[in-house]
This record gives sequence, C-alpha cells and structure tokens, in this order.
Amino acid sequence: MKARRITALVTGALMVMAGAGCGGGGGDKSSPRTLTYWASNQGRSIQQDQQVLGPELKKFEQRTGIKVKLEVIGWPDLLNRILAATSSGKGPDVLNIGNTWSASLQATGAFQSFDDATIAKVGGRNRFIPSTLTSTGAAGKPPGFVPLYGLAYGLFYNKKLFADAGLKQPPRTWEDLVTDAKKLTDPAKKRYGVGIEGASYTEAAHFAFMFGAQHGARLFQGGQPGFDSPAMVAGVRQYVDLLGADKVVDPADAEYLNNDQILGDFARGRFAMMMIQSFATAGLRENGMKDSDYGVTPIPLPDPLPPGGRRVASHVAGINVGVFKNSGNKDGALKFVQFLTSPEEQKILNAAWGSLPVVPQAYDDPRFQTPATRTFRAVLADEAETLPMIPQEAQFETLVGNTVKGLLADAAAGRPVDEATIRAKLTDANKKMQAGG
Amino acid sequence: MARTVTAPGSAPARTPGRPSPRPRRRVKALPYVLLLPALVAELAIHIIPMLVGAWMSLLHLTQFFIRNWTQAPYGGLSNYRIAVNARGPVGKDLLQSFLVTLAITAVVVGCSWLFGTVAAVLLQRPFPGRGALRTLFLIPYALPVFTAVITWRFMFQRDTGMVNALLSDELKVTHGHPFWLLGDRGFAAVVIIAVWRMWPFAFLTVTAGLQGIPGDLYEAAAIDGAGSFGVFRRVTLPLLRPVNRVLLLVLFLWTFNDFNVAYILFDQPPAAADMISIHIYNASFITWNFGLGSAMSVLLLVFLMVVTLGYLGVGRLRSRHA
Repeated sequence: MKARRITALVTGALMVMAGAGCGGGGGDKSSPRTLTYWASNQGRSIQQDQQVLGPELKKFEQRTGIKVKLEVIGWPDLLNRILAATSSGKGPDVLNIGNTWSASLQATGAFQSFDDATIAKVGGRNRFIPSTLTSTGAAGKPPGFVPLYGLAYGLFYNKKLFADAGLKQPPRTWEDLVTDAKKLTDPAKKRYGVGIEGASYTEAAHFAFMFGAQHGARLFQGGQPGFDSPAMVAGVRQYVDLLGADKVVDPADAEYLNNDQILGDFARGRFAMMMIQSFATAGLRENGMKDSDYGVTPIPLPDPLPPGGRRVASHVAGINVGVFKNSGNKDGALKFVQFLTSPEEQKILNAAWGSLPVVPQAYDDPRFQTPATRTFRAVLADEAETLPMIPQEAQFETLVGNTVKGLLADAAAGRPVDEATIRAKLTDANKKMQAGG
Repeated sequence: MARTVTAPGSAPARTPGRPSPRPRRRVKALPYVLLLPALVAELAIHIIPMLVGAWMSLLHLTQFFIRNWTQAPYGGLSNYRIAVNARGPVGKDLLQSFLVTLAITAVVVGCSWLFGTVAAVLLQRPFPGRGALRTLFLIPYALPVFTAVITWRFMFQRDTGMVNALLSDELKVTHGHPFWLLGDRGFAAVVIIAVWRMWPFAFLTVTAGLQGIPGDLYEAAAIDGAGSFGVFRRVTLPLLRPVNRVLLLVLFLWTFNDFNVAYILFDQPPAAADMISIHIYNASFITWNFGLGSAMSVLLLVFLMVVTLGYLGVGRLRSRHA
C-alpha cells in the first residue's frame, strides 16, 4: 500500500513538474499592460542611461497605463543578445539597435516590418528626416526599423592643447592631422596627439569602412566580400598607422573598450584629438569639460583624395528602434515607438545623449543649434555614406572590426604592422565570410 | 541490474505462498519511478540538447533561419569539412585554439595539482593556525568567478594595473609596462588566474584523500628509516592514486572547457589565450553560422569523450594488473 502511495505521489509530482515546464516554455506572453524595452547604451554608463530613460518611461506609463521594463545593454554584448533572442523567440517587445545592423537583423524575419500600415501607426514615413530612413533596412523592402537617434562622426580637438602647441586651427587634411598629432605627442609627459577606442570592434569597423571608402573601396561587390582589396588595405592602414607607424596614439588605448575611458582621457587633456560620434558632446559634459574648451570639425580627408576615393567623413550613423514580431503587445509596442519618436521625447532624449533628432520639428530647440550640432548635420548632409544595407553587413562589422582590433593590439605590443600583414589578416576575414555565408 | 532481470522468473518459484503477482510488480516499479525524475532531468538537460546540437551541425543555420531553424537547409557534413580543414582560415584558427587550450590546460592542471598536493601534505600535521590557513587557501575557490576575474582584469591592465606597478615599478623585474591582456602575455594571464582558481580544489581533494591513509603506515615507514620525501613518494603518492586519478580528470575537464575566465578577462581573447569554448562561441556569432558552431562543439565533445573514456580505461587496466 505504501509503495503504491509513493508511486502515485512521485507520478503526481512529475506531472506537476511537466506542467510547470510547459508553462515556462510558452510563458513569453506579455500582458497588454507591460512592455520590455532593450536599449543600447547611449550615455557614459548603463546607470546614466537608466537615469535618463526612467522618468520618460514613467511619463509613458502615466499617459497609456503601460509599464515599460527597461534593460540597458552595453555594445560589446548587444548583437549577441539580440541574436540569442531571435533564435529562442524570447526577447523584448521593443528594442533599439545600431542602425548599420538593420538589413542583417531584418533578414532574420524576427522583427515587425514597418510597412505602410504599420508605419502609419507611428505617424507615417514623412515624419522622419529622409536621410535617416536610408539605414533602416534593405533596399526595396519595407523598413525593418524606424530611426530613433541620429549620429555622425566628427573630429574633436582640445583648444587649449592646440594653442599650447602653437596650432591656430584644426587640421584640414588627413596629412595635417598626422603632422599636428606628432607635434602634440610627448610620450615622456604621457600626452598624445590622438586617442582611440582600440578594443572596440564596432569603432574599428566604422573606420575601416570610412577610410576604405576614402581610398575607393567597396565592401561588397554583388554580395561577394571585398575586404582585402588594395583600397581596403590602404584604409585600414591609415587607421592602424596612427598607433603603429606614426606613434601618435598611446599604446594603452588598444585596451580601451568603453566610451568612458576615451572621454575621460580627452577631458583630462591626455590627448588632443579624437574621432568619435556626436554622443561625445554629452559624455564630455558629464566628464566636466565645458563645450567651449573643445571644437568639432569634420574628420579631414586625405588631400588629394586617392583615385576612386569618395568624400566619406562618417557613415550615416545612428540608432534605430524596432518591434519584435513575437511581442504579445504589438499595439502597445508601436505606441511606445511613436512616443520615443515624438518631437517632445526626441528633444529630451537627443539632448541627453548628444545625438541628433530624427524628426525635423525637434530642431527648433536651441540645444540643437550649437556649432557642434551644425557640424554634425553638415557631415551627414555632405560627407556621409550609408553602410551597405545588405544582410551580410553585421558580419562585416564583427569580422573586419575584430581583425582591425587585433592589428591595433599587435601594433601596441610593438610588432610591425605593414601592408602585407594587414592584407593577410583581411584575406582571412574575407575567407571566413565566404565560408560562413 | 542482472539480479533484477532474473527476478521475475525465479522469484515466484521461491515464494510460492504469495498468490498475487501484482504487489510485487508494484514494488519493482518503484525504483524506476523514483529514478524517473533523474532520468527526465538527464534527458532534458544533457541528452536532448546534445542531440539537437548534433542535428544543428548538419544544417546551414544562418541568420535567415535562426528564427525558425527547423527550416534551415540540410548541409550534410559540409560544416565539418570547413571546421577540420586546417588550410582554410576557419579550420586553422580552430586548430590553433585547440592547441593553445591543450597547452593552457597542461600547465594549469600540472601547477594546480602540484600546489594542491604540496599544501595538503604540509598541512597534514596539526599545528596552531592550521584551520585558518586551510580556510585562507580555499578563498579563491569560494569567490564568485565574475567578481574575481574582473578584479584580475583591473590588476592586469597595462597602465593602471597593479601587476605592472609591482613587477616594473617596484621590483624592476620587467622593463617598461608590458600588455597582459593583449598579445602573447594573455597566455600567462589566463594560466595565472586559472591556477589561482583551480588549485584550492586540488588542495581540498588531496586533503580529503590524505585522511584515508592509515597513520600506522607512516609510523612503519619512519621506523624503516624513510625520510619525509621517501614517505611521500613511497607511501602517500601510491595511496593517493585513486584520488589523483579522478582529480586530474576533473581538473582537466574543468580547465579545458572553461569559458568564464577568458571571456570575462578578454571578451575576445588574443590568439595566445584563445580558449576553445570561447573560440567556438565567437566563431558562431561572428559569421552567424550556428551550424558551423555546432559542428565545432560536436568535435569538441567527441574529443573529450575519447580522452575521458581512454583515461578511465587505461586506469582500470592498470589497477587490474596491479
């Protein structure tokens, strides 16, 4: 009798466990009263992002009754987290991404596409500044995402260090930049001409693209990768030489992975120039540097431009926002997207991040009429190119970005990094792309 | 097992007094029912994911299919061909990572075992403060890996780290500030942290093993005139063999498979510290080809199974001959 009771008990317990397991398996149904939002790291730290977004999410909750659960994710992990969410089907309702990944993530089919009916729910295409819509997905398809924050690269320079070195104006050509940087470098005093975020693969990929384009490189030709073309090699070399051959970058920068390290060093005057996106304006303020202490100018181009080279001083950078197809609360998610892209929130958030609004109405705010903002808008208008909007783009960033990161580490360790080394590594990246795709 | 299998035929003959077979069948079902949760858990946690991984390794599982990966096209053994082709860039890197991992594992297992055994033997005799020392030795093992490795990462940083401050500025052992987290010294960094984390386990296990060695053996050896090293070599080591056999295997598997230390330390390790589990993780995420990543995992699994079974088999043969 006892045995039977135990058997029954165990079987019962097992059934309960199995039931609970099933419940867990299907338990991603958000209620219409809540949303999960994954935000990429925009401010100087994840905590600061939470502080900025917190009150806005409260505001949204008061207006719609929808509570938003926020998770801020750092850039090194972001793509992997998104891919994991995509493959498991368990992700946030709303998330924002680096806009260069749009076509790659769109190809997974995991995101609600913004066809005419969907984009109408967030106010229609015409609300957005047209150039920001160029990096929201593959050509000929409805956008996979809508723009959220606009960004562009610029050259930041420390006015006092320039004056101390007898330099009256920022460099106008790449050659000037290197000459000036050498003048500003004094390793004995731990002062350098240029600072870079050497361990960040995304930064490395952006520079490989920009400098490669200045030499005439195309990343992909008819879907085939061309990472090791002579023009790409020359472009990567232009970047790595800053640390290697020209020695105007502190080798320690090869370990830098976070914005805060490079921003803090720039604010403390440990180096005189950095090429970074517009968010740095907010980050420098956070680090106690006054807007008047530094200037921003477009990243100077080689002069004369190499044959076939294009005037690219930035990619069309920015952050897009999208809705996960598996969301149990799509209406709420779209409401939240509309809220984030409303002129009011665009002013508040872009001012906090130092990014550029993606809707024209926000620009009547004096905070977006500073000289720095004018420079970034001019760069986007005249000297910016969109990274290829094809599914393989994200693989380009990880493969080439990590290759360049490795080359910087080699240069920092004192190994010679010449054209042959660069070509060999880029050829490896090219082959991996072909093998993987 | 054999006994339970023969029972249904033989048992009734011996106990003819019991008329009904039902209660007996119920009694026999019970052990299996009790085992069932473990079986279900084992299936769910180990076997099924392993089979799914093996199946995935045969698919072209790229970004176009990760949302619904049952629709990914079948690719046969093509992923394996890429992974084992040591002339291609993917296979070359995998092979290098495998060799680096073997080298790191050999050093870590050797040092951890040596430190653990020496410390355990030295602390075998009671003396004041022995308990405190034992606790102290176990701290690295008890610390959460994430906190510990983050601390190490700060210490290994080139310009602001304590390691360079100590070695170069204070002791003048190294010239200038070398990188520990980039380039070839990454190997040393991983080894140091892994040994630091692993040796307390060896210490703990050997300490436990030493409790099982009878004290009169030591007395007898001392009477026979053996020195302390002779006692260690001829009494302690042979009697620790069963413990060491398991200990070395566990140390090997843990170190070889370790993901956390190098991942937290480097995010993307330099070639000299490219532990294979991270290599596979990065390789699948970098090209978004999860079929290829699965194929590499299966190869790793096969290798570890061969090593484990071979090691245990050799050990069993030897103990049978002994």
